[in-house]
Amino acid sequence: MADVTPSTSKKKSGKAKPAPKGKAKAPEAKTNGNSTDATGLRTKTDRPLTSSRQDLALDQSTKISSSDVCVFYGDKQALFDVNVDILSNHVTALIGPSGCGKSTYLRCLNRMNDVIDIARVTGNIIVDGIDIYDPDVDVVELRARVGMVFQKPNPFPKSIYENIAYGPRIHGLASSKSDMDEIVENSLKRAGLWKEVHDRLHEPGTGLSGGQQQRLCIARAIAISPSVILMDEPCSALDPIATAIVEELIEELRQNYTIVIVTHSMQQAARVSQRTAYFHLGYLVEYGETDQIFQAPKDERTQNYITGRIG
Amino acid sequence: MSDTALHSPPGPIRSHDWGSASARKRVKRRYMHDRILQWVGLGSIGTGVVLLLILLSSLVSTGLPAFQTTKVALDLFIDPSLVSREDPGKGNFRKITRDAFAKYFPDVTSRSDKRQLYKIMSSGAPFNVRKHILKNPELIGQNISYAVPLSDPYDQLHKGVIPRQIEALSRGQQQLGEQLKQRRLLSLEDGKTAANLTIFINPELVNAEDPAGGDFAPMLAEAIRAIFPRASPTITRDILAPDAADTVKQTVVEAPALIGKTLQLKVPVSQNFDNLFRTGEAMIDNPRFGDPKVFAWYDSLAERNLLQSNFSIELFTNADSRFPEQAGLLGAIAGSFFSLVVCFLLSFVAGIAAAIYLEEFAPKNKFTDLIEVNINNLAAVPSVVFGLLGLAVFLGTFGMPRSSPLVGGMVLSLMTLPTIIIATRAALQAVPPSIREAALGVGASRHQVITHHVLPLAMPGILTGTIIGLAQALGETAPLLLIGMNAFIPSIESIGILEPATALPTQIFSWADSPERGFVSRTSAAILILLGFLFIMNATAIYLRQKFERRW
Repeated sequence: MADVTPSTSKKKSGKAKPAPKGKAKAPEAKTNGNSTDATGLRTKTDRPLTSSRQDLALDQSTKISSSDVCVFYGDKQALFDVNVDILSNHVTALIGPSGCGKSTYLRCLNRMNDVIDIARVTGNIIVDGIDIYDPDVDVVELRARVGMVFQKPNPFPKSIYENIAYGPRIHGLASSKSDMDEIVENSLKRAGLWKEVHDRLHEPGTGLSGGQQQRLCIARAIAISPSVILMDEPCSALDPIATAIVEELIEELRQNYTIVIVTHSMQQAARVSQRTAYFHLGYLVEYGETDQIFQAPKDERTQNYITGRIG
Repeated sequence: MSDTALHSPPGPIRSHDWGSASARKRVKRRYMHDRILQWVGLGSIGTGVVLLLILLSSLVSTGLPAFQTTKVALDLFIDPSLVSREDPGKGNFRKITRDAFAKYFPDVTSRSDKRQLYKIMSSGAPFNVRKHILKNPELIGQNISYAVPLSDPYDQLHKGVIPRQIEALSRGQQQLGEQLKQRRLLSLEDGKTAANLTIFINPELVNAEDPAGGDFAPMLAEAIRAIFPRASPTITRDILAPDAADTVKQTVVEAPALIGKTLQLKVPVSQNFDNLFRTGEAMIDNPRFGDPKVFAWYDSLAERNLLQSNFSIELFTNADSRFPEQAGLLGAIAGSFFSLVVCFLLSFVAGIAAAIYLEEFAPKNKFTDLIEVNINNLAAVPSVVFGLLGLAVFLGTFGMPRSSPLVGGMVLSLMTLPTIIIATRAALQAVPPSIREAALGVGASRHQVITHHVLPLAMPGILTGTIIGLAQALGETAPLLLIGMNAFIPSIESIGILEPATALPTQIFSWADSPERGFVSRTSAAILILLGFLFIMNATAIYLRQKFERRW
C-alpha cells in the first residue's frame, strides 16, 4: 500500500492543484536548511528518509512522521500529500481556515477516521518507528498510546473517578484498587483538577463546569499513559479563564508528552506551540517554528491568514 | 435574464405601512389562524378523552359485577357412605350438594319442582364441594358449612343485571298498539280493553244452518289485515285475545242474519295489549327463569340471609368453564404470561443483537438496505399473517405442540421483533457520537464501546421499545387464534409452556361469543384485567426509562 498509493495520490494532487504543492515545498526546505535543530529535521520531499524505520530509530526526537498522507471522504479528497514530522515533547499547532483538513489530519494520527465508513487514508504515518496503518497494528493499542481530547468536553455519564479509571481498567494498567486510586489521583493532579474535585470523586463528571470537564477529559486521556496527546480545538467551547487554565496545563504537559493541537485561535497557537503547521484547502502550506510562521511566513497564503485577510 | 438586468442597480427600498388597514387585517387573520389551529387540536384531544371515558365507563359498569360472585351457604353433611375416605374423588357429591340445598325447601317434593329448584345452584357446585373435600379430606363424615355459587341467571338477578320481569311486547308490537289507539279503535268494556273491528262475516266460512260450526278466526285476521295491510300474519294472535273468535261466534249465533254482511264488533284484546293500554306497560316474568315459582324460592333464600355476595377470587383462580359463574381467567393469564416470557426471551435477545449489528457493524450497502426496508415492512405486516406463518411452519413443518404458549410466544415474537429492532436502532442512533469518540479515544475496542457506553445509554429507549412491543403482543388475538390458542381449557392442572392454553385476548374473544348473560360482564371484566396488565407494563416502561436515563 505504502509503495503504490503515494504515487497515485501525488498524481491526483498534482493534476488538481499543482501550484500550492510547489510553494509549500520550497519554504519548508529552506526552513529545514536554516534550522539549527540538533535533530536535523528532514525535508518533506525526502521520501526515502522518512519512510525508513532505521532512520527513525536513530532520530530520537521525531515522534510522528507522516509522508504523503492523503485522505478521501468517498470521492472527495480532503487532504493532499501532507508531509509533517512532529517532534517529541513539543506542542505542534495545526492552524488554518475551516474545512482546511487540519482536524482530518489530526484524526489520522490515532486512526479515528477508521470509524467513518467512507474515509480512506493513504500514505505513511509512522509513530515511534511503527507504521500505524500497517494491517498488523492494533488500533486499540495505538489509541491508548496516542490519546485524544475533543473539541466538546465529552466525559462519560459516570462518576469523575470512573471517567479516569475506565481507560486504565480496560487496558489492565492497575493491579489493585489502591493502584487505581493512585492512577486517578495522579491523572487528576497532572490535569490540575485534583484540588477542585478530590472530595467529590464519585459525583457525575457531567456535573462539572465546561472547563473542568475538559480538564477531566485531559486527565482521562493521560491516565492511560499515552506518549502523544491529540487535541482537537480543546478550548473552543470554553470561556477565556478556562482557556487560560487549559493552556497552562498544555505547557506543563509538554514536559512528558508530545502534543498536537488543532486550534482556530492564532493567538492560542502562538502562545502554546513551539511549531506550527498551516493548512489551506487540504494542503499543508507551511510548517515550521511557531515564531517563524507568525513573524516571517514564507507563503503568501500563510501571511494572509495570520494577518486576518482570509479564513 | 438579460445582461442589462443582471448589471442594473437594485430598485429603490420600498416602505411598508404597518398601520394600514390591510396590514391590520392581515394581523387579525394571522391571530385567527393561530386560534383555529389551537381549537382544532383542543377539539381532537377533547373528543378523544370523551370517547375514552365512555369506553372505560361502559367497561367498568358492565364488568364490575363480574368481580362479585353470589353464593348460597349450604350446611353439608359429608356422608362417609357417599364419599369414601380411601377414594374421596369418586364420591357422590351431587347428591350431597342437592340434599343440602333441598333441606332449605322441605315443602318442595315433586320431581319437576325439584329439578327447577336445583337450577338455582350452579351446575358446577358439586365440583366446588369435591375440590374442597379433596383439599381437606379430614372433613369426611362431618357437617360443614360451605358456600356454592348460584347459577348464572340467579347470580345476574341478585346483582340486578337482569330483571325479574321484562316487557312482554316488542317495540314493533307496541307501535301497532299505539296506532290502534290513535285510530280510536280501542275502548274499555267492563274494565277490559276491546278492539273495535269491522268484520265481514264470510258466508264461505260459516254455514247459516250451523253458525256455531263456522271458522271465525280467518275473518278476524282479515279484519286486522284491513287495518295493518303490511304487518305479519301472526299479529292477529298477538293483538287479540284467544277468545276473540268466540265473541264473533256468539254474535253470529245470536243473529244468523249477519252472515254475508259486514258488522262493527268489539272483540277483546290479548292480555299483554290490555295491560299496555290500561297501565301503559305490559310486563311478564322473565322467561329465562322458567316457572314463576322459582322467584319465591329465590326470595326465601334471600330472606333467610343465605345469599352472600363476595369478591370473586374465582375470577382469578379458576380455569375456563361452560358456566359463567364458574369461569375464571387463571388459564388465560398463565397462557399469556408464558407466551410473553417466550416472546420476550426470543425477541429481546435477537432484536438487540440484530439492531446492534445493523447499527454498529453492518457495512452500508444494497444488501443491508434491503434488510432494513424489510424489517420496516415486517412491522407493518398484519398480525394474522404471522399467525398463518406460525401455523404453517411451527405447527405444520416442525410439528410443535398445538395451542401451546411456546408456539404462541414464537409467533408473537415474530411480530414484536421488528418493533424492538426499530426501537433499539433509534435508541442507538440517539447516543451522542461524542460518547463513542470519547470511548474510542481512550482505546476502547468496538465491543467495549458498545457494551460499556452505548448500550447503557441506549437502554432506556430499548426497554421502552421492548415493553411497548410486548404490550402489543399481549393484546394480540389474530395470530393466537390461528395456532389454536383459543382452546377451551377447563382445567388448571395442565398449565405449562407446552400444554394447550389460551391467552387473555383469545379468552375475551371466546367469552364475547358466548350467549350466557354472565359472560357479558365476564368479557368486560377480562378486558379490564387485560387493560390493567397493559397499564402496569407501560408504567414499568416509564419507570425504567426514568430510572436508567442518564444525562450527558
